[in-house]
Amino acid sequence: MTEALLKASSLSKRFGGLLAVNDVSLSLYKDQLHAVIGPNGAGKTTLTHLLSGDIAASSGELWLKGQSVTGWPHHRLSLQGLGRSYQKTNVFLPLSVWDNLMLAAQALDTRAPYNPLSWFTRADQNPAVQARADRALQMTGLASVRDKTAAVLSHGIQRQLEIAMVLATEPDVLLLDEPLAGMGAAEAETMVALLQALKKDHAMLLIEHDMDAVFALADVLTVMVNGTVIASGTPESIRSDAKVQAAYLGEAT
Amino acid sequence: MSTPQGHLETLPRSVHVLLGLGLIALLAFPFAGQDFYTQMVTRMMILAIFAMSLDLLQGITGLVSLGHAAYFGVAGYVLAFLSPADAGASWLTSLPLAVLASALLALTIGFFVVRTQGIYFIMVTMAFAQMVYFLFFDNKALGGSDGLYVNVRPAALGLDFENKLVMYFFTLACLVLTYAFLRRLLWSPFGRTLNGIRLNEHRTQALGYASFSYKLTAFTLAGALAGLAGYLWAAQSGYVNPELMGFHMSAHAIMMVILGGMGNVAGALIGAFGFELFLHFFKDLPKVGEFDLGKHWQLWMGTLIVLVVIVAPQGLMGLLRPRSAQDD
Repeated sequence: MTEALLKASSLSKRFGGLLAVNDVSLSLYKDQLHAVIGPNGAGKTTLTHLLSGDIAASSGELWLKGQSVTGWPHHRLSLQGLGRSYQKTNVFLPLSVWDNLMLAAQALDTRAPYNPLSWFTRADQNPAVQARADRALQMTGLASVRDKTAAVLSHGIQRQLEIAMVLATEPDVLLLDEPLAGMGAAEAETMVALLQALKKDHAMLLIEHDMDAVFALADVLTVMVNGTVIASGTPESIRSDAKVQAAYLGEAT
Repeated sequence: MSTPQGHLETLPRSVHVLLGLGLIALLAFPFAGQDFYTQMVTRMMILAIFAMSLDLLQGITGLVSLGHAAYFGVAGYVLAFLSPADAGASWLTSLPLAVLASALLALTIGFFVVRTQGIYFIMVTMAFAQMVYFLFFDNKALGGSDGLYVNVRPAALGLDFENKLVMYFFTLACLVLTYAFLRRLLWSPFGRTLNGIRLNEHRTQALGYASFSYKLTAFTLAGALAGLAGYLWAAQSGYVNPELMGFHMSAHAIMMVILGGMGNVAGALIGAFGFELFLHFFKDLPKVGEFDLGKHWQLWMGTLIVLVVIVAPQGLMGLLRPRSAQDD
């Protein structure tokens, strides 16, 4: 198999006496969606935080595209091609959809803030940035709400914008934390189709409670309980895993 | 909440008209008014530069500094130090040096303070400014509590600041350039990122921006522009003292920005002139019986600020907006 785009080895995170993530290793490959499931409080979001650099791991190592990136802050990881969306919608609410995307798309080729050239050019007239923002707009089907303020959009559309902003940074690796949370059936269907389409060009980690979506999309499934991975494998093998059924799927269905 | 951000930063036509008329008035003013008023308006323009420099932090980046006067005052002191006792310094050298000193001070203090957030940022900026204040206040070598005189005002290239008209128009040019620079910056990639940091710093970082560098750059630039204002203040008044760096001066700038409306530079500009005009108006209020209204100008000024915050949270600028844009 080709080299992993993102590789985590023995990641752990301790909050005082709580071991939120315990010795988790995983690899993400292009054209593959790796879903992480588990009951609430299993440490899935904390794991995403560790992978994206939002919080520093207590121990363990991280490689992005073959480069050791252990301990990097998230803005550096983002520039290196790691994009993540958030469980709680985290967009610029007072800005229009387009301005949200422009700010995201601009991150890649902005000059250093102390370079006076970045004080005098017009941000909205950079063709490369416009092209990236427009691509994200088209991919996520948000063109019809391009000039709407993010705050007035429905929850489902805000979730799509959340993904679109990540796409505007042109990541190779996508970490998606519950993109379907709180979505209606129709919106969820659109999102699943989008994720399916994104699989081709990205290595993806998906955290999701919607089991229909998980089994429809996932190539690899990891099950976490209390910060620990209790099983990992193809969806078929997970479905028939007795431990998983007891810990998780049994409760859910 | 649902008002698109663009409405706050894009100036409505009424503001453009007001600014245009204001510029014409400022260009014509010295030829109509008396010397006393020319100097008064010069001071207003200087305070407007100071207020706009604070708006870069307060309104655009969302960093409320309660110590912005430190950078204003230091530049004034640099001019006092560089001025020979019996001749004027050259503004060609002393102005850039004064601005540089303010920028370096802001860079140094900013390196520590921009790591903090919210109330802590307010407290730490104030603490550093007080340190600078007492450094000058307690040191005889730095002028002590009495301050220093600029005996002869700067001159260069045939522009002598001893001439009140030259001082006036030089200040006006600085005002126009500062406004144009900050308005340009607002729409630049740098300005858009500062705006993002104010709205949601965490997400801005997640997109790939090193917010620390952005905030530190903004802090340094704001300090440099405050230094420009402080230099002009010292050149105009011929005198510096620690009060220029004091808490009251910092608070003065914050109130000017709040009065005018934050985050679009024009508001700070309008707020500075508005604040000073109200101040003079209140100070000139007559005696009513035993009660001297003018003596209690601070009471009226405070009431005005409270009213503005309640009635027009976007400041005087907000009042100039068509209602439809506000309700959008």
